Amino acid sequence: MRLSLPSALTPGGTVTNGSGPEGEPSRRSALLNAIDRFGDYWVLGVFVIMVLVFGFLSPSHDLFTRASWLNVSQYAVEFLLLAIGQTFVIITGGIDLSDGAVLGFTGMVAGVVMQSLLGAHANVTLTTVIGFATALLLGAAIGFVNGYLITRFKLPPFIVTLGSLTAIGAGATPLINGGNEVINLPSQIGTIGQTLIGGWVYVPVLVTTVSCVIMGLVLHRTRFGLRTYAIGSNNMGARRAGIGVDNHLVRVYMISGLLAGLAGMMVMANFTDASPLAGQNDELNAIAAVVIGGASLFGGRGHMLGTVVGTFIIALLVTGLVLVGVSGSWQEVATGVIVVAAVAGDQVRLRLGER
Amino acid sequence: MSCSTDGVIPESAASGTGTPVIAVRGLAKHFGRVQALRSVDLDVHKGEVVGLIGDNGAGKSTLVNILSGALQPNAGTIWLDGQPVTFASPLEARHAGIETVYQDLSLAPDLSVWQNIFLGREKTVKGPLGLVGWLDRRSMTREAEANLDRTHIRIGSVNSLAGRLSGGQRQAVAVGRAVSWGSRVLLLDEPTAALGVEQQETVGELIRSVSSGGVPILLVTHNLPQVHRLADRVAVLFHGHVVADLRCSDVTVDDMVSWITGAALGTERHAD
Repeated sequence: MRLSLPSALTPGGTVTNGSGPEGEPSRRSALLNAIDRFGDYWVLGVFVIMVLVFGFLSPSHDLFTRASWLNVSQYAVEFLLLAIGQTFVIITGGIDLSDGAVLGFTGMVAGVVMQSLLGAHANVTLTTVIGFATALLLGAAIGFVNGYLITRFKLPPFIVTLGSLTAIGAGATPLINGGNEVINLPSQIGTIGQTLIGGWVYVPVLVTTVSCVIMGLVLHRTRFGLRTYAIGSNNMGARRAGIGVDNHLVRVYMISGLLAGLAGMMVMANFTDASPLAGQNDELNAIAAVVIGGASLFGGRGHMLGTVVGTFIIALLVTGLVLVGVSGSWQEVATGVIVVAAVAGDQVRLRLGER
Repeated sequence: MSCSTDGVIPESAASGTGTPVIAVRGLAKHFGRVQALRSVDLDVHKGEVVGLIGDNGAGKSTLVNILSGALQPNAGTIWLDGQPVTFASPLEARHAGIETVYQDLSLAPDLSVWQNIFLGREKTVKGPLGLVGWLDRRSMTREAEANLDRTHIRIGSVNSLAGRLSGGQRQAVAVGRAVSWGSRVLLLDEPTAALGVEQQETVGELIRSVSSGGVPILLVTHNLPQVHRLADRVAVLFHGHVVADLRCSDVTVDDMVSWITGAALGTERHAD
C-alpha cells in the first residue's frame, strides 16, 4: 500500500511550529536517546565486570579455560532456548511460566515415543526424527492452548501459564513412564549431545545459537517482530491499526512452546536420557535472563541480544560462584537480587522518560 | 436571539454542494433504556471542517463510536459518497474510508515514528525475504520523513520513539498517519484536549491544511473558541438530536453556548 499524504497536506500552507516546548526536540531526544541506549547496554558492562571478577577470583583463573566455557555454554543452552520464546512473550506484555514444565513434559513424551519405536525395531534415524517432531509439535500445541485461553477468555497470562505449569509439571509429567527416566533412546540423541564442533561448540549450543539468530532477526527485522512490540506497547492501538492481536498472541505463545520442546530435546541430548525433573524452575531463569537483558515486564521493550547477555550473566553467576567456592544457594539469592535490580532500573527509566 | 442558522434540523443531503462525503440520517442508539442518540442527521462535504459540539452526555461519544465502527446503531443510515454503509467493526469503518484519530492517539510509545506511521500495513522487501515479512525499513523511513516534512512539524528524526515526542508532535504523527491511509473523512476526537495553547495552534493549522487538501474533517471537541476558529460549520448535539447546524461565520461562541445548553432551543421554540 502506498503512503500518500500529498493531496491532503500540501496546499494548506505551512504548519508553523511554536518555539516553546517543541522548539528544541532534537536536544531533548538526544539526551533521552542516550538514556535509552545506556539502559540497553549497561548489562553488557555488568557481564564484562562479572567475567573479570570471577575470572581473577577463581583459583588459577579457571574461568578462562575451555572446560569452563563448555560448562557454561552447555548450561546456558537449557534456558536460553526458553528465554528466546520468553523474550517474545514478555515484549507483548505477557509471561510464560509454563515453559520449564513444557521442556520436561515434551522431553518425556518424546522419550517414551522413541523408546517404544525402538522396541518395535523401527529405523533409528527415523525414530530420532519422530522424537524431535513429537517434542516440537507437542510444545507448540501446549503454547496454542495457553494462547487460546489467554486471548479468547481474556485471562491473565500469569494465571493461565501458572495453571499449565502446575497441570503439566506437577501433574502430567510424573505420570509418564511411571515417573522414571527414559534411558533407551536412539544413539543419535547421545551423539548430538556429545559432539563437539571444532573442540569448542557442542551441537546443542550450535542449535541454540542458530535459533537465537533466526528469532532475533524475526523480532527485530520482520513485520511479525514489529507487531509483537506494538501489541506490548499499546494493545488497543495495535487493534486499531488493524492487527489481529489475538491471533498474533496465540502465535507468540506457540513459539514459546515450540522452543521449549526444542529445549526438551537438547537437554535430553546433553544428559542422554529424558528426565521428569528436566526443566524444573528453568522458566524463572529464563524470565530473569529476559528482564536482565532489558525487557520491560510491562511490554513493548526488550532485545534478543539483551536476552543472550542476560542468560550468560545467570549461567556465569552459577559457574562463577561455584568456582570461587560460594555455596550454590547463594547463586539463587544473587539471581533474585539482579532481577529485582533490573526491574527497578526499568522503572527508573520509565519515569525519566515521562518527564 | 439573532441567530441565523442553516435550519434547525437539516432535512436532506441537498443542503450543501454536491453529494456529501459522509451523510447521516436518523441515527439512533440506546443503551438499555437510555436513549443516547434519538435521531441524528449530519452532512460533511468535501474540504469542510465540521465541528461536533454538545454538553457531556449529549451523545457526542456515541456518535463518534458509531461512525468509527466501534458501536452499531439501532436505527438510521450512514451514507459514504452516496452509498449506504454499515460497519461491524472499526476495521470495516477504516476500510470504507473513515479514519478516526482517538483522543489517546493510539500511538505505540515504544515504537519509532516511522514504525507507528506504518503499523498495520508495513512494507516488506521484494523477493523471498519479503515472503517472511522482512521489513523494508529504508523505504518506510524515507516515506515517513517525506510525509512529515509536509506537515511542517519538526519531529527531529522519524527514528525517535513516539513516547519521546511532545503532545503536539504526537498529534501530528497521529493525524499524518490517519491521512496517509488514504481516508475519505477524518474523525478527530478531542484532538487538543491534552495540549498547551501553543501546541493547540499547531494542531489547528494541521487540521486546516488537511481539510484544504480535500479530506473533510469531523472535529469533536469541547474547545468552543477553537472550533469557532477552525470549523466551517458546527453541529450541536442536544439530548440525542442535532438541534442546530450553524455556520461559524454567522455565529459567536456565545451563540454556540446557548445552543449547547438548550437555551437557544427554548427561545426558538418560543419564537415559533
